[in-house]
Amino acid sequence: MSEKTVASGLFDCRKAFAETLVELAREDARIVAVVNDSVGSSNLKAFQKEFPDRLINVGIAEQNMVGVSAGLANAGLVPFVCCASPFLTGRAMEQVKVDAAYNGYHIVLCGMSPGMAYGELGPTHHSIEDLPWMRAIHDLTVLVPADPFQTREAVRWAARADGPVFMRVGRYAVPAVSDEAAGFAVGRADELHAGSDVTIVATGTLVSRAVEAAKALKADGIEARVLNVSSLSPIDADALIRAAKETRGIVTAEEGVPQGGLGGAVAEIVGQNHPVKLRILGVTSFAPTGDASFLLDHFGLNAAGIAAAARELAA
Amino acid sequence: MGLARAVAPDPGQTRHLPLDPARLAAEATEVRKRIITTIGQAGLGHVGGDLSVTDILVTLFFNVLKVDPADPLKADRDRFVLSKGHCAAALYTVLARRGFFPEAELDTFMKPMSRLNGHPNRRKVPGVEANTGPLGHGLPIALGAALGSAVSGQPFRAFCVTGDGELQEGSNWEAAMFAGHRRLSNLTLIVDRNGLQQGAKVADTNDLSPLGEKFAAFGWEVRDIDGHDHAALLDALSRPGDGKPVFVLARTVKGKGVSFMEHGVEWHHGVPTADQIEAALKELSA
Repeated sequence: MSEKTVASGLFDCRKAFAETLVELAREDARIVAVVNDSVGSSNLKAFQKEFPDRLINVGIAEQNMVGVSAGLANAGLVPFVCCASPFLTGRAMEQVKVDAAYNGYHIVLCGMSPGMAYGELGPTHHSIEDLPWMRAIHDLTVLVPADPFQTREAVRWAARADGPVFMRVGRYAVPAVSDEAAGFAVGRADELHAGSDVTIVATGTLVSRAVEAAKALKADGIEARVLNVSSLSPIDADALIRAAKETRGIVTAEEGVPQGGLGGAVAEIVGQNHPVKLRILGVTSFAPTGDASFLLDHFGLNAAGIAAAARELAA
Repeated sequence: MGLARAVAPDPGQTRHLPLDPARLAAEATEVRKRIITTIGQAGLGHVGGDLSVTDILVTLFFNVLKVDPADPLKADRDRFVLSKGHCAAALYTVLARRGFFPEAELDTFMKPMSRLNGHPNRRKVPGVEANTGPLGHGLPIALGAALGSAVSGQPFRAFCVTGDGELQEGSNWEAAMFAGHRRLSNLTLIVDRNGLQQGAKVADTNDLSPLGEKFAAFGWEVRDIDGHDHAALLDALSRPGDGKPVFVLARTVKGKGVSFMEHGVEWHHGVPTADQIEAALKELSA
């Protein structure tokens, strides 16, 4: 961790990802990394240096990258496919569905720099559709770690999983939000802030903003429950249904489109079990020019935006 | 349905492997008959491509591939991926006759709840290495397996069969480029070059010619053969590449072996009538 990030209280998930992958590769000779000319952007230089024969760079060819990974899995290896999320999920969608998921191969698809992490590079490089696309695919576990601790644990879990996994690996530094003592569990939502007036359900980079919103709401006398959904598929339906029953409404917040992702998942579950008022916050259009922080503010994906939606529901 | 039944397989055949060219030819005839009856019973299928790829599959499974029906996931087995997954009936027939599952199960092809789907499923059918169907998926998977052989230290060869129209899919060329770059001599691609795709001639749709030259330019060793000549197939398939992946340009005839189906684009997924099945089986038995 650089002094700068420690001083600011922000931590790099990509670094946690890359370090954990190297540690695991030392323990498990089956682990290989597969990239599309993305060694640098996936922070894999140390992996490449230590395991040059276990880093497979197919060049700029995402369909082949995922297909090759299925073949590597067929040969008994455990491929970690590291590729910018928009290209992994968009360009190679059919290979993700068929070669990874339908085949049931143990492949870990790592969507690097998801959401609007590529900021000024614009909507071609924003991966705001990956969550709905990935969660639509049967048998594919979908993980969205919120901080370096969850990233490390997600990588460790994925290395031992018995099937295909997609995980987002965030690009920019984020605050630590997890209770490390509680560990990380696939299929479990973690309550990070207690409350019975309203619930905020967030994932990934929006989790710390949800916690900030809950603190602001508390100052107004509104008790907001915050759930971190780092496991989008499978999802913790019980925690969501409890939130629907025990609070007056649910705000969802994600760095992605507001249709079919976290908000969609919550709507499906509470709509069929215990309908409550919902506000689904997300990226509502192709983004204008700006860095990631600017864009999150632009779309109201910050503590103020989340708190405003929560106030409406708590009223 | 009153359909003629295929001749029962020689119960001792698997004990006499590998088959020589003459016996491969005889086996291929039996496979063709079973494909005809299977598709007739199902009322669905892709008979034209099944018949064009039959000799390739029979040569692979009854001579070339190091596979064991009693241990279909053995770590060092050779890998075979049928990228033209729509020709599942041909693959299933060869797998069944090779002993991977009972031949009687072919009667369930595409019936409700059968594990013999219209496209193969590795999670259900022993001997299937990859679920294919959408075109352009098989070669990258076989390439990955070939690469994995070196990384895992398990020596084996990986084979893939594509159709020729299928090579219009760009993913094949991503893989072709990479396999040549990595000089993967344990990878063999066989193209079932019957010249017809679903609705027209390949040459009239998006011509692939000169196909051999294209693969040669991508760093592959090209073996241009008659895809129905078992001796030529054996020669082309038995040897790994000399420091390069192998491209077997297998020139075939869609509908091969049944005169009224040969070269007929309508037999891509045409289903023969009872009379046509009888005529086809008679011709194959002659």
